[in-house]
Formats: sequence, structure tokens, C-alpha cells
Amino acid sequence: MAQTLLQVEDLRTQFFTSRGVVKAVDGVTFHIDSGETLGVVGESGCGKTISALSILRLVPDPGRIVSGRILFRGNDVTKMDSEAIREFRGNDVSMIFQDPMTSLNPVTKIGPQIEEAMTAHNRFTPEQAKVRVIELLKRVRVPAAESRVNDYPHQFSGGMRQRAMIAMGLANEPALLIADEPTTALDVTVQAQIISLMKQLNRELGTAMMLITHNMALVASLCQRVIVMYAGRIVEEGPVEQIFKSPQHPYTWSLLRSVPRVDEARKDRLVSIRGLPPDLSNPPPGCKFHPRCPFVIDHCKTEEPSLSEVGPNQVARCWVLMRNVTDEALQVARTASISQEAVRKLRAISTDASSPA
Amino acid sequence: MALAQPVIDQPMEWEVAEKQVGLWSDAWQRFRRNRLALVGAVIVVFLVVVALAAPLLVQLGIIQPPNKQHVEFIESGIGQNGYLFGSDELGRDTLSRLMFGAQVSLSVGILVQLIILPIGLAIGLIAGYFGGRVDNMLMRFTDIWYAFPDLLFVLVVVSVFQQYTSGNVLFELLMIFGAIALVNWVNLARLVRGQVLSIKEKEFIEAARSSGTPPSKLILKHLLPNSLGPIIVTLTFGIPQAIFLEAVLSFIGVGIQPPQSTWGQMVNSGYENINANPSSVVFPALAIGFTLLAFSFIGDGLRDALDPRMRR
Amino acid sequence: MAVIAGRPTRGALLPPWFTAFTGTRGGALAIFVVRRILWMIPVVFFVIVITFALMHLAPGSPWDKNGGRQLSQTVVNNLNVKYGLDKPIYYQFGLYLWNVVHFDFGFSYQYEGKTVTTLIGEGWPYTATLGALAFLLIVPIGVALGVVAALRQNTKVDYATMGFATVAASFPNFVIGAMMVVVFSVLLYQWTGGQFYLPSSNFGLDDHLVLPVITLALLPIAYTARLTRASTLETLRQDFIRTAWAKGLPERLVVIKHILKNSLIPVVTTLGPTFAFLVTGSVIVETVFNIPGIGRAFVTSVESYDYPMILGTTVLFSVVIAIANLIVDIAYVFIDPRVRLM
Repeated sequence: MAQTLLQVEDLRTQFFTSRGVVKAVDGVTFHIDSGETLGVVGESGCGKTISALSILRLVPDPGRIVSGRILFRGNDVTKMDSEAIREFRGNDVSMIFQDPMTSLNPVTKIGPQIEEAMTAHNRFTPEQAKVRVIELLKRVRVPAAESRVNDYPHQFSGGMRQRAMIAMGLANEPALLIADEPTTALDVTVQAQIISLMKQLNRELGTAMMLITHNMALVASLCQRVIVMYAGRIVEEGPVEQIFKSPQHPYTWSLLRSVPRVDEARKDRLVSIRGLPPDLSNPPPGCKFHPRCPFVIDHCKTEEPSLSEVGPNQVARCWVLMRNVTDEALQVARTASISQEAVRKLRAISTDASSPA
Repeated sequence: MALAQPVIDQPMEWEVAEKQVGLWSDAWQRFRRNRLALVGAVIVVFLVVVALAAPLLVQLGIIQPPNKQHVEFIESGIGQNGYLFGSDELGRDTLSRLMFGAQVSLSVGILVQLIILPIGLAIGLIAGYFGGRVDNMLMRFTDIWYAFPDLLFVLVVVSVFQQYTSGNVLFELLMIFGAIALVNWVNLARLVRGQVLSIKEKEFIEAARSSGTPPSKLILKHLLPNSLGPIIVTLTFGIPQAIFLEAVLSFIGVGIQPPQSTWGQMVNSGYENINANPSSVVFPALAIGFTLLAFSFIGDGLRDALDPRMRR
Repeated sequence: MAVIAGRPTRGALLPPWFTAFTGTRGGALAIFVVRRILWMIPVVFFVIVITFALMHLAPGSPWDKNGGRQLSQTVVNNLNVKYGLDKPIYYQFGLYLWNVVHFDFGFSYQYEGKTVTTLIGEGWPYTATLGALAFLLIVPIGVALGVVAALRQNTKVDYATMGFATVAASFPNFVIGAMMVVVFSVLLYQWTGGQFYLPSSNFGLDDHLVLPVITLALLPIAYTARLTRASTLETLRQDFIRTAWAKGLPERLVVIKHILKNSLIPVVTTLGPTFAFLVTGSVIVETVFNIPGIGRAFVTSVESYDYPMILGTTVLFSVVIAIANLIVDIAYVFIDPRVRLM
């Protein structure tokens, strides 16, 4: 009987910069049940990482959680005091990050870094921690774990570092593990290994997982449910098979078109969605996706849709909905290439990194 | 529900057009916004004006000539006996000497950079461009040079050549220029070499080179413009270094000799009478300090303004 | 590896025990140290050559046998013996070099019959005391200021400490020294009617040390504080700090084992230049405060054209600074596990 582990209600996290207020997370509501794996997809800047950081209250300056509730087993994380939140982090909920090279302390050996996660919460004594570290490393399939414990991060390969991070995340047997793009910084072959590892761990430990990624293939192999984010909001949510079979939001549909298929050699990139992510301090009126949507109608430009049910347990935020699009419109959209203007603008702005991650 | 024709080439309404601002006007704007740098610039301009105007003011009788001694008025305090800033142990007007001292400090600071520039540029360019053994040898050479503590080296050089200049201010100045330049060129050379090395790797240089562009043109058209920013910053920071060295020299009593007044000298002689008349120390001391501070602020401001990574 | 590549690699003729030795970190470290020490030799040699050459250019030095100052006959005799003044210049230089290696820098001109070595021996305790005390101030204060400024970035504390650091770094030693004397010796004396003031000259193991040590330490403190702040700010931006918070570590642990452990590493490299500051700074500070150390001796020797003394102290200072830099370089290798020794 699945029970709700994490309930996020109308979360709003904003960044107060000198250029204006950036609404990175703008009214996000979702839940994760114990043991389930939830995928969170979207382009960079859509708010997925900030949502995750908000759960742990690690939003960097000048950001702040402005409103909303984050209920973990009924307790509101946004109202915890500093000691409670410290106990919460790394213990009830753990997070692992995208780039394992920069996410590990370069001047401390791997062993002590994992041990300190365990001793900080008084769940293990230092002696127990030392023993357990080796077990953990073995479990994440790091070879020669006993000697590797005394190595520094730069002596590990990229894949091994990510495994070490996973070991560190699971050290205290958290109920929920948040993984932010765990495979993006790795080679393709290593990615496959990490994915299979995570699947296995999920089976063995029953840890719930929030998997943040822009890679739909990853979602397909690991997740039961998925939410799609755009411009700080959820635009579609539902069980993985349903979403993959019949996505209702045009953005989801575009994302899925970039999933590599066995019968085609295709690059795993979002080249088919023209235009750029919106400026979150000055977002477009109406539906936030409308400037880039292949199926936009006039109503989209003036009024923002709310989430509506489009199937069993599936919701989408769209006036049009994919099931209402004609075949010929689909045909044209499929073969449309990126507009020249978008290409030019993409090139001009590619050196500027202004959107918050 | 009305269905849309898929709109393929919809114009993007939400991108704000970025004004194409040139690097220099961009940098100037950033510099202007830096208040400390502006304060520094104002101080420096003020000093230059003072230094240039000093002889004129003496002509007009507004201030006393710096070397005029009034034995009956020695060691006047502030405002006493008609001396705005007091007088020193020989009855000379402190204010006037300060103004003439500014001439020395500014000329040393700025002109030394003019000597350092060609030396550092040449060595840095050669080392960076040719690389390999030439680079190695030149770098070892600069390492050795760098190992010599700068103050000590300057003192040694000055002590040797002091006797040749025998009171001629011009020769003294030249000697000081040379000594200081000899010590400080290393920073610029290293910087230029670093710039050359990093730019050398970029592809457009490969392209230009393979199309047969002669090295001199490569240097002038590609390497130099890109490194201009850091070079300017280094030279700007070199100015207070040079002023400092000159001040120390004249404080110790070598370098520029009296009767030409320098701030370092004034601190020295004022220090000897510090109990009787502390202001004779305070004014030149503050003059040196604030001048150095002003140039540091300008240097910081320039560095922030010209740093391409700090585009906000 | 060589066999696979199909051509000999570097060190093909070295005995296997040697390559095995350098393979270990301990072995590579030893090689590194030896190389750096060997590298010091041409540096010192160069310093001696340059200084010696300059001495020869000076008019009226004993090395100029046609000119010549009015030196007493005993001094002239000593010099002739010591430096073989009628022999060719290479011989003179070689002789000088030989003497230097035996720590014999010759006789001073200023003080009849006293060798440079003696004078240095007399002066160095004072200089060393000042330097050591200044160093004890510089490291804790400089680092503490920098860390606090970084952790409280953009607050009043940050602006105050960095403002102080900028000013202290811009005002030269002697200016600060003179100003401090004005305030703490002269004015304080006046204001307290002679009751309380800080002495401004001569040496004593008491409050005579206060002003000179502070004057000497101020600039390096500013420099260290700035660097520590920059380094700490840089570390704070790193991802692994976020990881540390995400693990639920207590604040103290994060600051010490994650932030400081990383940000203090570059600060170690400032110790070399700090040492050089102390050496050149002592020249000025001892002059201002009339302390009979090597620094002041150097200044008086410059003023009185005492060339052996100038030469001797310059060489000494340079060697000392080179050794200090060497120690710092070696220490750095120990501290930072990422450094590759080759």
C-alpha cells in the first residue's frame, strides 16, 4: 500500500536579482510515494533543480522559498528549524549532484567523506562507519573498495566518482534520494552502467527516487511516473507508459521526438524545438510555451491554461492538447526545421549563460 | 476548438535585442560606475594639475619658491607665519615643496612604465611566440631576475651610480628610472608571454598563419589588441610600485638629492623633527599614501572594467 | 610501454631501481626537492655576479685601483691580500666566490677591522626577533580577517576589513611607521602629559617592540587577508560545499573541513612573498625606528658606500629569501594532494 512520502504544495521559489525577480519555481505541486521513482524532465532553466534544492532548503542566494509547503511524512520542511533541517538532510532525504568531480571535496579522501555523512547523524559510530563505507562502495560496484577508500577524488575515474556519490547518498538509508542529472557528466558507456546500478539499488533498497534529467530515455528505463516542467511550472504529469504513448502537451510531445530510436540514428538533443527558454524575470503572457509551440492558437497568447485531467492520473496544462491536433498539422510540425531566425539568435546568445539552473 | 495551422516561422517576440557595444565604451561605462576608481582618477588628475601648475604659482607669487629658506621661520606649524602647511627645518614652504615633489613622483611613476613597456613587451612576445627553447631560456632568465629582492637591488644600483650623477637632477632621475625599470619589467614580460601563449592556441591564429600572414602582422593585428587590456592594467599597477620605490630611496637619502624636493626626503627630514613639528612629516606621508591609493583604485577599476569575464 | 610504442622512451638507460624509486610519491618528492635545491644555485650565483659587477662599476671602490678613496693603510693592505687587487678580474671574482662559500665577505669600510660577517652576526638577532614577531602576527590575523570577510561577504564587516587592507597595502612602510610615531609617540605623549607613549627608537624586549613590529606586519597582513578572502570566496562557490550542506553536516564541520581546508591551500603560497616583504621591510622599519639590525646596517652601508657590506648583506638576503621560497614550495606539495610531481 503506497503511502505518500513527500508532498510538495504550490511551491514558489524566486530569485531576487538586481535585474528583477526571477520566478524559478512558480506554483509547483507534486508528490512522491515511498518506493516509487519519479522522473522530472525539462530543459535547463525550467526549475527542476531549484525545486529539488528547495526540498532540502539549499536554494542559493539570492533565491528564497517564497510560499508553499513541502511535507515530508507530514512535517513541513519549510518550517523546520536549523537543527531539524540538518537532521533531515542526508538522512531522510539525500541528494546527489550532476558533476561528481566538482561535487566532492578534492583534498579529502573518499572514505572520510562518506564516513562523515554517517557520523554526522549519529546513526553509526566512527568505527562502524569505517566498516560500512567499504560495504557501500562494494555495493555500488567500486572495485578494490578496501584500498580505494584511501584515494582522493581525482584518483577516481568519472564513473567511479559518481558511484561514490551514490554511495554517499545512500549511506544513511534515506527514504528518498534526489538525483540531479546523475549521468549527464559521464560518457555514454558509463551512463549505461550507472543506470543499471541505480535500477538494481532501487530494487534492493526500496528507496524512493526523484530523478531529474532532460534525457527521456533515462526516464523510460527508471521511472514509474514523470512530471514535465517548463518555465517553473508543471505542464504535464502522469504514468510513464501513458505519457510516452500519448503525450498531451506539445512540449512533452516535442521532447519525446528526441528520444533515440533503435531504427534511426538520431542525436539525443532537443534540436526540434525552435526558440529559446523564456526569460523568467519577464515571461511571456498567456501560456509560457506559446512562442515556441507548433500548435499555438490565439487563446494561448492571452490566457494561461491550468492543469486539466486528460487521462487516468494524467494531467496537462494546455488549451489545445495533442489529441485535438489534426494529422496534417502533425505532419507539417514533424517536418518543420528550426527557423533561420532562431538559429541566428541561438548562435548569438550561446555564450551568455543568464538563466538560473 | 479551433485548430491552428502549425506556425513555423513565427517571429520571436520575447528576446530583447542586445545592443552591440564596443569593448572600449563598455569598459569605460563600467569604469565610470566604479566610485573608488573615479575618486582615484580625480586625485591623480588633481596631482597632475598641481605638479604642472607649481612653477606657475610661484611665478604668480601665490606660493613661495620651494627652495627659499627663511631661517627665522623654521619649523612653523600649520598656518603659522603665512605658511599654509608650515615650513621645514630650513624654513622652506612645505606646501610648495609638496607641489614640486609631486613632479618627481609622477614623472618617476609614469615614465618608468614607458621604459618597462618596450622591454617587457619584447621579451614577452619573443618568449611566447617562439616557444620551445627560447621560451625556456628567457623564462629561466626572468626567474633569476625575479629572485633578487627589488628594493635591495634598486638600492645597490643606486648606490653604485649615485656618485656619477653628482647632483644633476636629470641624471639622478634617469638613474632612478633605469634602476626601477630594471627591477619591475619582469611582471609585464610574464604577462605578455601568457597572453601570447593563450592566444596562440586559438584557431583563428592557425588560420591566419597558414594563409601566409607574416608574424609581424599577426602580432600587430591579432595578439596585441587582445592583450591590450591586461597590459594596461599591469602598467597602471606599476605606477604606484615605482613611486613607492622612489619614495623609499629618497627617504633613505639616496636617489634624488636636495635641493630638489621629493616626498620621501620630506618625510625623512620631517621625521627628524617629529617632536617639534609633526605636521612636517604628516603632510608628505599622506601625500605619498593617497597617491599610491589613488593609483591602486584606478588599477582595480581598470582591471574590473576590462575583464571580459565580468560582463554582467 | 616503450616496447609497445616502438621507440625508446625517456630514461631508457636509467637503472630500474631508480625509476621504481621515482615512481613512488616519496621518491618523486625527494627528486623534486633535490631539483629545486639545485636550481637555487644558479640563482644565488647570478645574484653574486651581478652585485660583484656593480661593485666594480662604482667609482672609488677598492676594486678600482686607479681611483680609490682615502682608506687607511691597514684596510688597503687587508684588501690587497684578500682580493688580490693586482690580479686579473676573473681571479678576483673567483677569489671572492671562494670566500663567500666560506662565509667570508671581507672587511667593512665603515668599521675598521671588523668583518662583514661579524657585523651581520651582531645585527641579525634584532632583525630575526622583529621578523619572527611580525610573522606570528601576520599569519593568524591575516588569515582570520580574510576568512571573516569572505564568510560575511558584502556586509559592513567585509567592507571594513577590505578597506583597511587596501589602505594598509597602499601606504608604504615608512609612511605608516612615521604616522604611527606621530600618533602614538608624539601626540600621545602630548595628550597624556608625558604619562604614556610608545617608544619610537631603539630596541628593547618590551614596548619598544610594539610600533616596529606592527609597522612591519601591517602590509603583509593586508596582503594575506586579501588573498585569503579571495580564496575563501572561490571555495564557497564550489559544488562540493553544497554537497557538504546536503549531507546534513554541522556548520562547524563544513567551515573547517570543507571550506578552510581548501581555501587555505593557496594562502600557503603567500608565505614566500611574505617572507620577502619581511626582509625588505626590515630595511625600512629598522631605519625608521633606529634598531641595530641587519636592515639598518644595509642602509648605512649604502649611504657610506661600504661595498663589501652592501655586497655581503645583499647576497645574504637573497639566499635567505630563496631558501624561504624553497621551503614554501616543498610545503605546498605536501599540503595539496592534487599536485602532480611528475
